[in-house]
Amino acid sequence: MSRAVEGRTRRARDLTTALAGLVALGLAFAGGYLFLKADAGPERLMTWLYRRIGLEGQADAIASRGFDPLAAKLMVAVVAMLLGVGGIWGVYLATNRLVDQFPDRTARALRPWVFVGPAVVMLGFYLVFPAVGTLVRALKDDGGVIENLKFVFTEPDVLSAWRNNVLWIVVGTAGSVLIGLAFATLVDRVKREALAKTFVFLPLAISMVGAAVIWRFVYYWRPAGEEQIGLLNGVFAALGREPTPFLQTPVLNTLSLIVVMIWLQTGFAMVVLSAAIKAVPTELLEAARIDGASEPQTFMRVVLPSIRGAVLTVATTILIAILKVFDIVFVTTGGRFDSDVIANRMFQEMIRFRNFGRASMLAVALLLVVVPVMVINVRNLRKQGIGA
Amino acid sequence: MTAPVTTRQTRGTGGARIHPVGTGFWSKTPVRVGVVLIAVTWSMPTVGVLISSFRSPNDINSSGWWTVFAHPFETTWTFVNYQNVLTSDGMIDAFFNSLIVTIPATVIPITIAAFAAYAFAWIDFRGRALLFAVVVGLLVVPLQMTLVPLLRAYNVLGLTGSFVGTWLAHTGFGLPLAVYLLFNYISSLPRDILESASVDGASHLTTFTRLVLPLSMPALAAFAIFQFLWVWNDLLVALVFLGTDSEVAVLTARLNELVGSRGQDWHVLTAGAFVTMIVPVAVFLGLQRYFVRGLLAGSVKG
Repeated sequence: MSRAVEGRTRRARDLTTALAGLVALGLAFAGGYLFLKADAGPERLMTWLYRRIGLEGQADAIASRGFDPLAAKLMVAVVAMLLGVGGIWGVYLATNRLVDQFPDRTARALRPWVFVGPAVVMLGFYLVFPAVGTLVRALKDDGGVIENLKFVFTEPDVLSAWRNNVLWIVVGTAGSVLIGLAFATLVDRVKREALAKTFVFLPLAISMVGAAVIWRFVYYWRPAGEEQIGLLNGVFAALGREPTPFLQTPVLNTLSLIVVMIWLQTGFAMVVLSAAIKAVPTELLEAARIDGASEPQTFMRVVLPSIRGAVLTVATTILIAILKVFDIVFVTTGGRFDSDVIANRMFQEMIRFRNFGRASMLAVALLLVVVPVMVINVRNLRKQGIGA
Repeated sequence: MTAPVTTRQTRGTGGARIHPVGTGFWSKTPVRVGVVLIAVTWSMPTVGVLISSFRSPNDINSSGWWTVFAHPFETTWTFVNYQNVLTSDGMIDAFFNSLIVTIPATVIPITIAAFAAYAFAWIDFRGRALLFAVVVGLLVVPLQMTLVPLLRAYNVLGLTGSFVGTWLAHTGFGLPLAVYLLFNYISSLPRDILESASVDGASHLTTFTRLVLPLSMPALAAFAIFQFLWVWNDLLVALVFLGTDSEVAVLTARLNELVGSRGQDWHVLTAGAFVTMIVPVAVFLGLQRYFVRGLLAGSVKG
C-alpha cells in the first residue's frame, strides 16, 4: 500500500472514531437528560434493568412498594455528576479529534480555539453579555435612566442603605484588618501558633447563612423578665442590665451585623498578614533591636512599613467582599429596621419587586464603586510579584 | 512572572523565631492572655450553637447553653434534633443537592480554565494577549451586575431551577479568577520540559493531559478547594438560578427557608446550621494547607 492510501485510510478511520465519539457523547447526554427530567427516573430505570437481567421479582417489588427515595436521590446525584464532569471532558476530546481531521495548517490555526473556545463562550455568555444587558436595562427599564438614577440616589430607603454600606465598609474593613493584624502579631510569639490560628480561621469555612444563624442566636432577645437564651442578653442579664433587641434597634443592628462580617473575615486578614510578618527579614528586626528600638517602635517603624502591601491587599479584598454582602442581611433582618444594604436591596428589587431597571441601576452603582478598589488591589498584587 | 503565593517566603508556623523575653510591654503573659481571649471569643458563637444542637428543645428554651458547663448532667442530651432536621425538615435532600451542585461546579470551571490557561501560556495565536487581558479584566465585574439579564435568559432557555444551569452559572462566574491563577502557575512551568515534549512529537492535548495537569496539581488543588467552598456556601446564585423547590434546593437555601418558617425553633436552626457546616469544616480541617494557599491566591475573586 502506498503512503498516500495508508494516510487516507487512517484519516477515514480517525474521522469515523471522532464521529462515533460525538454520537456516543450525544446519546449519553440525551439518555442522562431524559433520566434526570423523567418523573421517577431511577425507579423506572431500575425496573427496566431488573427485567432485562431477568430479576422479575425485584422489578415487581419496586413496582408495588415504590423505590427508596434516598437511593433514588443518590442515583440522580451520581448520574448528574458523571454527566457534568464527563461532559466537559467529552467536549474537549471530541472537538480536538475533529480538528485533527483538517489539513495541518488549518488544524494548527484552529487548535488554540479548541483550548480557549469554551472559556471564551462561557465568559461571553455569563459575564460580557449580561453586564452589557444590565447597563442597557439601567438606562431603559422602569421609566428610564433619570428615574432609576433618582431612585438610586434620592429614595430615602436606598439612601439609608448607602449610609449603612459606608458604615459596613469603614467599621467592617477596619475591624477585620486591625484585629487580624493584632492577632497575627501576638500569635507569632506564642507556642502552639497553628492551633491558636485555627480558632480564628475556622469561620472562613462557614457560609454567611450559617454565620447569620449562629449570630442570630448570639443576639437573640426575649422581653425582660423571661429567661435569656441568647449569649449577649444572657451576659446582660447576669450584669443586671436590661435585655437589648440587638437586631431590631436601628444602627445597633447594622453594627451587630458588621460584627458577623468581622468574625468571618478576620481569619483571612490574619493569615495573609501573618505570612507577611514572617517574611520580614530577620536582619532588619535585629538591626532595629541593636539600635535600641523598643518592640512597639520596631513594629511601627520596621514591621508595618514592610507589610504595607499585604495590608492593602487584605483591606481592598475585604472591602470588595463587604460591598457585595447580601446573605448576612438577607437572612437576619431582611433589611428591615433600617438595616438594609445595597446588595440586599438590589436582590429585593430584582426577585421580589421585579423592578429590573432599578435593580440594574443598583448593580451598575455597585460596579462603579468596586472597579477602582479592584484596580488598586490588582496593581498592588502585581507590585508584590503575585500575578501576571 | 511568579506562581501565586507558593513562591512567597515564609518561615513556617512553628514559632521558630526568637523574641527577646520580658521586654516590658511584650512580656509573655499579656500576649498569651490576648491570644487566648481572641481565640475563645471567636469560638464562642459556634460552640453555643454546637452545644444547643444536642440539647432537647425544652432545655434550649428554658436555660442558656452556657449553663451546661456548670450542670452538665441536668440537661437532656439528644440526637433527635439532627434526626428531625434531616428527615422532616428535608435537610438530607438538600445535602445531596448541595453535593450535586458543588462537585461539577468545581470540576467544570477548573477543566475549562486549565485548558484556556495552557493555550494562553504555551500556544501562540493571534489576539492572545488581548483576549487574556479581557479575561482578567472581567475580574472586576460583580456578580450582581450579571443577574438580571441572566435570569431572563434562563427563563427563556428553560434553565431556571436546573442543576445544569447552576453548574454553568458557577462556572462562568468562577472562570476569570481560575484562568488568572492557573495561567500564573502554568506559564511558570519550565520551558525546556514542555519543548522537549513537543520535539518528541507530543500533541498539545497529550502535553496538556500528561505533563501540564500533573505538574500543576498544587495550583489545581488550591483553586479546587477555594471554588468548592465558595459554591457550597453560596446563597445568591442558588436562590436566583436554582430556587427553593425542595427537589433542587441546596443546604444554604434550605437553612434560609428554615430561618423564615421556624425562626424561633432553635433546636431546628442549630442542628440545621451544623448540617450545612459539616462538609466545609471537614474540608477546611483536612486540607488546611491547600486551603490557605487557595485563599491567599483567591483574594481577588470578583
